[in-house]
Formats: sequence, structure tokens, C-alpha cells
Amino acid sequence: MAEGALFEFLCRMGDNTLVLGHRVSEWCGHAPVLEEDIALANTALDLIGQTQMWLGLAGEVEGKGRSADDLAMLRDAWDFRNVLLAEQPNGDFGQTMMRQFLFDAWHVEMLAALTRSSDARIAAIAAKAVKEAAYHVERSGDTVIGLGDGTTESHRRMQAALDLLWPYVGEMFLPDAVDAAMAEAGVAPDPASLRPAFDARIGAVMAAATLTIPEDDFAHKGGKSGFRHSEHLGHMLTEMQWLQRAYPGASW
Amino acid sequence: MSSPNAAYPDIPEADPVKPRRHEWPLWEIFIRGQHGMSHRHVGSLHAPDAAMAIKNARDVYTRRNEGVSIWAVEARHIAASSPDEKGPFYEPSESKVYRHPTFYDIPDDVGAM
Repeated sequence: MAEGALFEFLCRMGDNTLVLGHRVSEWCGHAPVLEEDIALANTALDLIGQTQMWLGLAGEVEGKGRSADDLAMLRDAWDFRNVLLAEQPNGDFGQTMMRQFLFDAWHVEMLAALTRSSDARIAAIAAKAVKEAAYHVERSGDTVIGLGDGTTESHRRMQAALDLLWPYVGEMFLPDAVDAAMAEAGVAPDPASLRPAFDARIGAVMAAATLTIPEDDFAHKGGKSGFRHSEHLGHMLTEMQWLQRAYPGASW
Repeated sequence: MSSPNAAYPDIPEADPVKPRRHEWPLWEIFIRGQHGMSHRHVGSLHAPDAAMAIKNARDVYTRRNEGVSIWAVEARHIAASSPDEKGPFYEPSESKVYRHPTFYDIPDDVGAM
């Protein structure tokens, strides 16, 4: 297996958690109630913690002396390998929780499979992260149900969020050459193999939430390959990377 | 969809005179620590139902590895003594030192009591 493919794969895992973690952290101090504010901050911190492990290993595998911080703060948008779903804007609270649930439902299956990775370093990271993801998906799923099966207003907003974000689901399961190399080496599962468990979970939650999953399976792509991110990523990086760009090497 | 106000069954849906803001019920949170023998009251929070109260308690009160077990009790279900009854309730026990088990020798084998 080419080291380049392993580096790509690790950047995908780390960039997903980095970009989504930053997005979720944008709620800090703004969430509708105190309890949700703290819960979102906890989720963001979990994701950033996972990022340190994934990108730390990516830098090690790459062997060019780049640290997790270097990869996070000094790459530009086209070098990011997160799925498009992760970089979508927060919208309202419901839209944030819908994005979170769709991601968590993929993430928990992916991490569970990675605990059986042939690469012991990856299996160790996954074993730690999957416990966090299991809580994330339970919480975001409950919130999707609560808001979907809530008031007329919250139901309307959750259905709108699902309609808006559904076209970003497909990318998480579409395999490419990197995925094929990982699957062949036993490092990571074929993402398509995660779909049935994802569909089962999503189906049950959306039914309980009285929400209708769109029939159209059109999928935006270009995030995890880095071919074409949405316009939102660059704006997010401008804010996230500002300090390191303005004051290179600053630390505290 | 179930009734539009399913999350707040105890709050009337519409008040035509004065619309009130729906608030989640208040829950009192009790946590048993790593080595604690019993659950201790740690604070309160708002949540729409019991399951979310447990989750919110996990996120608000166990962030620093404080606990291994959580109880959540809706505050309105807690019966409390009244401050007005302080005198008759508590003062009579002040003068009854013989109720303290300090007049006995406890064998070492008994351990912590």
C-alpha cells in the first residue's frame, strides 16, 4: 500500500473532525439554552481531540516533519479532505443538529469498523473515538426526534434541514481509489459497506421524528477528494487559521 | 406528528390573553462519584424529558470525570420542609445529646460507620 494513500485517508478522518469540530464550536455562547451550549462545546472538543490524533498520525506517516497543528492551520482549502457535509454552515440550531446526526450516524459505523483495522495505531485511535461518537449519535438522534416530532415550527425546520443536507450524505459512502487501497490492506472498510447500518439508523430516527427522507439520491461530491469544496470552507478557514497566518508560530 | 405541544404536556398550548413562553421543566441532578457511596446533589438544569435530563447532566456535570452514575428528579416532585417550621422541626433535637452514639465504645472490627 502506498504511504500516500494512507496519508490521504488519515487527512480525511482528521479533516472531518477538524472542520465539523470548528463548525460546532461556533455555537459556543450562542446556543438556544445553556445545557445545549455546553453539550455542543463538549462535542466540539471531542472532535478536535480526535483531530489531534488523526492529523498527528498523518504527519507521522507523511514523514516531512509536519505536526497536527501544521496540517490544521497551514493548509489551504484545496488541501482539505473533509466531506462536504462537515463544512456546511450551522444555519439554525435544528440544521446544526441534523448535520450532526447525519455525520454521527456515519462516523460511529466508520469508527466501529476501524477498531478492527490492520494498522494498530488506527485501531487504537478508533477505540477511543468510537465511545465519544456513540454518545454523539445518541444525543443528536434524540434531538432530531424531539424537534422533528415537536411543534409545527420545529417540524418544519427539521424537514427543511433534512431536505437541504440530504444531498451531502452520499459522499460519505462513495468509494474511490484511496478507499480501495485502504480496504485491500485491511486498514479501513469500504465506505459503501457502512451504508446499510447507516440507513437502518437513519430510517428509524426519521420515522420517530416524523420526517420524510428525500427520495432523490443525488450526491454532491468533491470534498474528501479535495477536488471541489463548497464556498463555505474557505470562509471558515479564514477565521480558524487567522491567528497562525497573522502570527506564525504563535503559541500559549 | 403527535400533538404540537407533546414536549410540554403540563403546559397549556395556547393562552389567548397572555402568551407565555414555554420553559422546559427544572430537574435536580444527583451524581455518584468514582469512590462515592451515595448520590449527592450537584445542581439543577432544564430539560424537556427525563432522558434528556440525564444527557444534559452528563454534559453539564460530568465533564471532568466526576461521576459513574446519574439520577435526575424533576424538581416539582421533591417534597421539601418549610423554612417556617424550622423551630418545631429542628430545635427539639438540639438538647438531646444522648441521641449521638458517642457514649459507646465501637470495636475496631466494625469499621467505618
